[in-house]
Amino acid sequence: MLDETNAKSMTIIVTKGTLDWAYPPFILATTAAAMGIETTMFFTFYGLQLLKKDLNLKINPLGNAAMEMPMGGGHMAMPNILAAMPGATALTTTMMKNMIKKKGVASIEELRELAIEADVQMIACQMTMDLFEYKREDMIDGPVLGGAASWVDVAARSDINLYV
Amino acid sequence: MADQVLDAKGLNCPLPILRAKKALKDMPTGATLQILATDPGSVKDFEAFCRTTGNELMEHAQDGGVYTFLIKHTA
Repeated sequence: MLDETNAKSMTIIVTKGTLDWAYPPFILATTAAAMGIETTMFFTFYGLQLLKKDLNLKINPLGNAAMEMPMGGGHMAMPNILAAMPGATALTTTMMKNMIKKKGVASIEELRELAIEADVQMIACQMTMDLFEYKREDMIDGPVLGGAASWVDVAARSDINLYV
Repeated sequence: MADQVLDAKGLNCPLPILRAKKALKDMPTGATLQILATDPGSVKDFEAFCRTTGNELMEHAQDGGVYTFLIKHTA
């Protein structure tokens, strides 16, 4: 709908920046682009983490009762009191990254690269950049800076609009 | 025989689809691409991919844990 062809279009608002939540928006965006759908991602709040040149995404199970890791044929969850200990984030992040590699799941770096290659449009929220004092030069080159109106403009002409 | 073969074994969603798209893009219309995958989700996904993009899923088969797809580049 964005251009004059019959191509469909999709937008995704990306609000989360942890290692786990980085996946859904990039998987959906790259797949949609591969299926001929014009895709726009709007990165706001913690989602901006995903645009940093140096991705250092982390995960911690604290307060996430649904998070369990496969272990010895079963599954194990980390009690909150352990997840709150120093080093728990590093440990969980390492475990998650190992699992991702072992299972043939793409890294976020790879998916982001594929998204850019596939001409996925990226908008970085100017307000969040100001709020958290992020510098443009700390972010990758592709994204344009814009605000809510930039997303609404694209979304109003898109077939699918998602919020992650 | 397919004009080109893509080995996507061991890769998980969405990589088989992304690699297939990349391969198809550089192939002439009418050419065929054979894809080998081990992701069980790829069966439904390649059907969906072809339905949406208009490429033709000519056949798919399963041999042990390996799924084989033959796609004709028509779109």
